Amino acid sequence: MDPKSVRGFVGNKLSFSEVAPKDGIRMAAEMAPEDVVAIIGASGLRGRGGAGFPTGKKWEFARSQEGTPKYTICNADEGEPGTFKDRLILTDFPELVFAGMAIAGRAVGAEFGILYLRAEYGWLREHLEATLERCRAANHLGKAILGNKDFNFDIAIRMGSGAYICGEETALLESLEGRRGDARNRIPFPVQAGYLGKPTTVNNVETLAWVPCILVKGPSWFAAMGTRKAPGAWLFSVSGDCKRPGIYEYPFGTSLRQILGDVGAENAKAVQVGGASGTCVPPAQFDRTLSPGDLATGGSIIVFGPGQDMFAVAENFQHFFADESCGQCIPCRVGNQRLLEAIGRMRKDGLDTDGERNVRQLAQTMTVASKCGLGQMSARAFLAILNNFSGELPGRA
Amino acid sequence: MDSELIAVTIDGKEVKVSPGTTVLEAARTVGIHIPTLCHHDDLCSEALYSQTSSTPHKGEHTHQHEESAMLSTPSSCRICLVEVEGLPKLHASCALPIHNAMTVRTTSTAIRHARRDILELMMSEHFGDCFACARNGTCELQMLCADYGVTSERFGRPREPLFEKASPGNIIMRDQNKCILCRRCVRMCALYQGVYALTTEGRGDHSRIATFMGREMQDAACINCGQCINRCPTGALTERDDTEAVWHAIEDPDKLVVIQTAPAPRAAIGEAFGCEPGTPLTFQMNTALKRIGFDKVFDTNFSADLTIMEEGSELISRLYKALVLKDNTAALPQFTSCSPGWIKFIETFYPAYLPNLSSAKSPQQMMGAVLKTYFAEKNGWDPSKIVSVSLMPCTAKKFEAGRPEMDSSGYRDVDYAITTREMARMFKQAGVDVPKLDKTDFDSPFGTPTGSGVIFGTTGGVMEAALRTVLEIVTGEKVESMFDHADIKPVRGFDGVRMAEVKIEKVGPVPEILSHLVPDFEWLKGATLRVGLAHGTVNAIRVMRDIQEGGPLSKCHFIEFMACPGGCLGGGGQPIPTDQEIRAARAKALYSEDAAYVVRKSHENEDVLRIYREFFKEGPCSHKSHELLHTHYKERV
Repeated sequence: MDPKSVRGFVGNKLSFSEVAPKDGIRMAAEMAPEDVVAIIGASGLRGRGGAGFPTGKKWEFARSQEGTPKYTICNADEGEPGTFKDRLILTDFPELVFAGMAIAGRAVGAEFGILYLRAEYGWLREHLEATLERCRAANHLGKAILGNKDFNFDIAIRMGSGAYICGEETALLESLEGRRGDARNRIPFPVQAGYLGKPTTVNNVETLAWVPCILVKGPSWFAAMGTRKAPGAWLFSVSGDCKRPGIYEYPFGTSLRQILGDVGAENAKAVQVGGASGTCVPPAQFDRTLSPGDLATGGSIIVFGPGQDMFAVAENFQHFFADESCGQCIPCRVGNQRLLEAIGRMRKDGLDTDGERNVRQLAQTMTVASKCGLGQMSARAFLAILNNFSGELPGRA
Repeated sequence: MDSELIAVTIDGKEVKVSPGTTVLEAARTVGIHIPTLCHHDDLCSEALYSQTSSTPHKGEHTHQHEESAMLSTPSSCRICLVEVEGLPKLHASCALPIHNAMTVRTTSTAIRHARRDILELMMSEHFGDCFACARNGTCELQMLCADYGVTSERFGRPREPLFEKASPGNIIMRDQNKCILCRRCVRMCALYQGVYALTTEGRGDHSRIATFMGREMQDAACINCGQCINRCPTGALTERDDTEAVWHAIEDPDKLVVIQTAPAPRAAIGEAFGCEPGTPLTFQMNTALKRIGFDKVFDTNFSADLTIMEEGSELISRLYKALVLKDNTAALPQFTSCSPGWIKFIETFYPAYLPNLSSAKSPQQMMGAVLKTYFAEKNGWDPSKIVSVSLMPCTAKKFEAGRPEMDSSGYRDVDYAITTREMARMFKQAGVDVPKLDKTDFDSPFGTPTGSGVIFGTTGGVMEAALRTVLEIVTGEKVESMFDHADIKPVRGFDGVRMAEVKIEKVGPVPEILSHLVPDFEWLKGATLRVGLAHGTVNAIRVMRDIQEGGPLSKCHFIEFMACPGGCLGGGGQPIPTDQEIRAARAKALYSEDAAYVVRKSHENEDVLRIYREFFKEGPCSHKSHELLHTHYKERV
């Protein structure tokens, strides 16, 4: 299949189209590794997978580790419902991603990278492998990249098997090592003991695509796009009840209302920001901005129009989590199942005070007690819907 | 060293720990109890390290990386949650290593509520009545539910089973209705046993502990060692209950019900009656067995000594064939064959080495065979009316008793093998409080208490008993002249793999009883006898790999293998709970019993010498003994 033929609608001009990946690699080849880390740190780039961890810090941490070899992994297991920006990046800007990985490798001292591609994107593999071959032929990958004999880096593509949990970085590592995708304990962190027990950086596709852009155009160019606290821009996957779904690039600090106007969804009843594990925003909060301090996001916006039953939405999300929990820890595995059943009951019979206290307590336990981000986030959408749309339940007006 | 310690504050108490210590471990050092479920002391990193640490084998912890995920606690139950100052959310203390100073709280309303919720969530998919459960009273989930006042009001309880029960053909019985997916069984099976019979499959609500292709345990590559049962916090894993059949036999006036008791249960059964681990109740238990209706109570020590005679003679004969006659069918090193878990293990995973196994049956089977032949003849009992029961620390003994070939006398050697736990239950059903009873001796003709038999219950014991006999027979000297008090300390201990060497300085004449096997011992003069030991089948794998690679263990003459960590005293049929300390206490009890007995060598056991005079007249490894006391093994796929 020609990846171009399934290209999504791009709502506005993307910064990625302005940068030649080879320029980024050349700069990295000519710079000292610690300077690369410093530039990424100075730009304020944060992880685009959802957690928003400062990329420069992650690299600095990985760079300071003693273990060898080190690994650089690109998390292309884009599984968050309503998120499809990484697919566009992999389709249209794969060289940028590979350049980002090579630069990350140079920065932290890794010579081998793995792109972990979600199973559902298997059709992209051929396209990506062909791109890798071109990069190698151009000496943008391989030995002594662009003449720097200390700059060696190559990339392999590994396929996921369709589990949402494998987008969680430690479960991804388990999967890469050939085991079932279960979240690991987070101490040690992957930068300390990751793939094969070695220091490993795991970065999202978009994060890595920004890296060569920042090197080429400078950290101040990047920082200037967003707010002082949240520098930079972000790609959003917009879907749901709107006239112009697609991929949009917005600087941090953009209000939800502006985006809804751009995509043709002024009459939205609610917006799910950040996918299933994100939060559900009611109209009264549409002036909130997309930024780490306000509406943190993994780059997904799902619009719900006036006709949507919000508790059906919540039930749908909970169903997703009950299915996609790795099945390891009790609060997530059993909690999501019980919460799903409770939502079904409340849709039918309403929710009394005791019942509400119980589901809130359960949601609280899932949030504070689960082992990884999946469980910790899995009650979030439901709680937001309960807080803002409880009038939709039977017996409540 | 002191400067490297990190100070942490737990519930207001300051404690200094070395870096990497978990919050759970740190809390315990200051007497703060944090509840756990998926954590087991045998499965924490320190215990795992010592399990595979050993002197002779060069292969260090090679499996550590490939099993990294299993080596670290899954922290899946989330019961041990604590608050850490400055960190959001709650943290599993079992998976929280201390690298910086921190302030921890182990109790708060948030923690209590989370723990209670988690327990209620577990109970929401838990089907089964506590009072009818084999683990009632020892169930960790039940105890925590009581502590946290768990009710089923909020999340309900299943009204009918969510899973089918295992069929009675299994020895290891799984009841997934009681499983909390803590994975202790999975990790035990992989990390101590190297068997990997159990795994986790499925995502989300479909997660299960499963076998390969969903087979029943009896059809899975499982060695029936029962270590999973001893680690299960609930009643999700139990052994097949054979007590009803034994009661039935006892109450049948037409049957003569005899029981043999192995060494390890006597050192552990007290734990089921509130005694400290390591309280020996050998002779009180005899009284109890008589009281509940057994016609005769025999000591498996007798057949352990018989095993030594047969296995030791086999070793001498093998050495002679291999070293003198250059007969390459005599496979060395010779492997012990007492542990039925180990037998199924080698049959399944290393069938190429079956010729190395001693053909001698285990003590349980030898006793069974002798009971229905020699004993029946001597006492005029009809062997078809004898019901032969064994009390074993072991679940795999049930499998061994059921092996089709174990009936060379024309009758089943052993009809029922009962675990220590089952026997404790039978005593309780009969209202017998074992520790309070008077002492009764074993019945003759298999009643001489011997130290060599009793130490069969611990790792190294079979080897020590064999050495005491082989060395005396070969050298003609008292073993006390080589080892103080005949304590062969080099083979003792709990290291996973051990090796020892004994130089044979002089040789004596061949005793009458072995004259059919070797003409003299001159060929052994100046030789060094090398022996090896392994317990826990993951260590057996290390030994087998070393042999395959031609390492030091391949140069051994005799290797003792025990499937269970610690040997039989850590058997899968022993009282729950278990940990290193408990196993060490049981070992101590066995060694002190050994030290207290007059007869401490198999070849000095008068009952054994008599059976060779009266029954196996041609001596060990002769035609008749081969027929009744030896067996063969088969490759399993």
